[in-house]
Amino acid sequence: MHSLGSRAQSTTRTRTPGEIVAAATPTSQVGRRVVDRAFLGVCIVFTALAVSLLVVLLVSIWQDGHARLSWQFLSAFASRKTEEAGVRAPLWGSIWVCVICAVAALPIGVGTAIYLEEFSKRSRFRSFIQLNIANLAGVPSIVYGILGLTAFARAFGAANSEDPIAFGQPESFFYLQLPFGHGVLAGGLTLMLVVLPIVIVSSQEALRTVPGSLRTASLALGATQWQTTWNITLPASIPMIMTGGILAMSRAIGEAAPILVLGVPLFIRSTPINLMSDFTVLPLQIYNWSMRQQSGFHELAAAGIIVLLAVLLTLNALAVIIRHRLQRANG
Amino acid sequence: MTTPPNAPPPRNIDLKPATPVVATAATAAPVADVQDIAIRAQGLDSWYGSVQALKGISLEIPKCRVTALIGPSGCGKSTFLRWINRMNDPIPGARASGTLTLHGDDLLSRSLDVVELRRRVGMVFQKPNPFTKSIYDNVAFGPRLHRSFRRADLDELVENSLRAAALWDEVKDRLKSSALGLSGGQQQRLCIARAIAVGPEVLLMDEPCSALDPKSTASIEQLIRELETSYTIVIVTHNMQQAARVSDRTAFFFEGTLVECGSTDRIFTNPANKQTEDYVSGRFG
Repeated sequence: MHSLGSRAQSTTRTRTPGEIVAAATPTSQVGRRVVDRAFLGVCIVFTALAVSLLVVLLVSIWQDGHARLSWQFLSAFASRKTEEAGVRAPLWGSIWVCVICAVAALPIGVGTAIYLEEFSKRSRFRSFIQLNIANLAGVPSIVYGILGLTAFARAFGAANSEDPIAFGQPESFFYLQLPFGHGVLAGGLTLMLVVLPIVIVSSQEALRTVPGSLRTASLALGATQWQTTWNITLPASIPMIMTGGILAMSRAIGEAAPILVLGVPLFIRSTPINLMSDFTVLPLQIYNWSMRQQSGFHELAAAGIIVLLAVLLTLNALAVIIRHRLQRANG
Repeated sequence: MTTPPNAPPPRNIDLKPATPVVATAATAAPVADVQDIAIRAQGLDSWYGSVQALKGISLEIPKCRVTALIGPSGCGKSTFLRWINRMNDPIPGARASGTLTLHGDDLLSRSLDVVELRRRVGMVFQKPNPFTKSIYDNVAFGPRLHRSFRRADLDELVENSLRAAALWDEVKDRLKSSALGLSGGQQQRLCIARAIAVGPEVLLMDEPCSALDPKSTASIEQLIRELETSYTIVIVTHNMQQAARVSDRTAFFFEGTLVECGSTDRIFTNPANKQTEDYVSGRFG
């Protein structure tokens, strides 16, 4: 009984796999190794190129800016005199909008991811939402800036932006006005628009790493979908969600374009006191300084970049630490 | 709660214990009246999309007995099992018609509260799937979903569940350590303890030993025998010897139909159907 059928019967005898392999023409062993080595070499060259570009960038910025770095640079407001200028306003502005962005984007983004991954049935509607979120992640941030300007700063023209409806005293922490104007709240919410697709997609990926057998086990014990999500799926995926969230925040803190579109003041000598306060952010301040003629401002811009990079590195390091901590805690 | 057998008598798992075996006739006789019927299926059909997985299954599963479902892969035995606790619900396109009842309650009803059903019908899966939590929290997870306990009561419940699953002595000193540190066999017994802890009437086991070594398998099989006094157990297995060792009744499924059902002794020694005989004697499947 030959399972190979007519082909096996047409030859005199069925050849074993070993005989077929032995009869085939050998490929060049030397050639294979050369290609292997060459590929490794090309990879090393490209890696070295990428790293050296980064090193050149960092070194040139450091040379330009390190002399300006001081406590005074961090604590002083912007000034026409380069030796007195500092990043106090943009540093605090960046912190304010970043916190607002995180507080707004994380619940909405994680909630959307939970809905899409854990609750929604596989349907056309779901695929449609999924496709759009993927597309939104690729939209240029300046487009979100325009949306933020329309929706948050001007409330779609529903109220007069020149004469906003005020709630409370402008000096109070709890001061609110409608529309928001170009305060930190509008800035933070605009950045939320920028990072929301990233938060959603990374949270979805985090939820997908949780083995289905754990959900099944929970459901089989009589847990509702929500109890399963809250007690099993979320705790298992929170390290990855946090990592994605922090990386999204470091994207937000580096954005200049959407904030620029909001129409924030170019020159500001105050830190925010409430959600409606005027602000500027580090990337914008750097942009402004680098546009000036005098070389002193270029040094300030370089120093500003060093501060921004330090903030970004701190955030990324935080993401790594949290991931390691929680992964160990989850065993 | 059920009182677990704290000091179970050692039992030779290779021998059938002296449980009353009914239905000695060579036909697929119904379960005798002396036993309560826990689960009753009548003309149960099931589909995944357009594929029919179960064709007119009529089967009675007695209370506090072990019933084994055997048959080749894809014969519908797991599908049948998963309708009993409605774990087919999340599968897109899964539907069923006919009658399936648990102590008279319609299990296929749309208005059935599946959360309450799954409290009454526990399940143990093919691969041990403990949560990434401590041993204690694994067992306490189910009870906490349904009720709030005083600390002492919960401690007692966890201890008794672990004792019932013959795991207490091995883990009593490390209840707070991660369940993932246990061996495969211990993890599976933990999953049984976790299922017991919500106080179910029925335990469904879907090939509970297929991922385990022979020693762990033996301990699970012995455990199944001990649990039989308190729970109605339905076990799906590919292992004929296992079915012969642990079950009182055996149902043979083939291509979505129930070929034969009867006492395990009879199915393995004197099957009425030729297909059953071929399968249990290892000639196919």
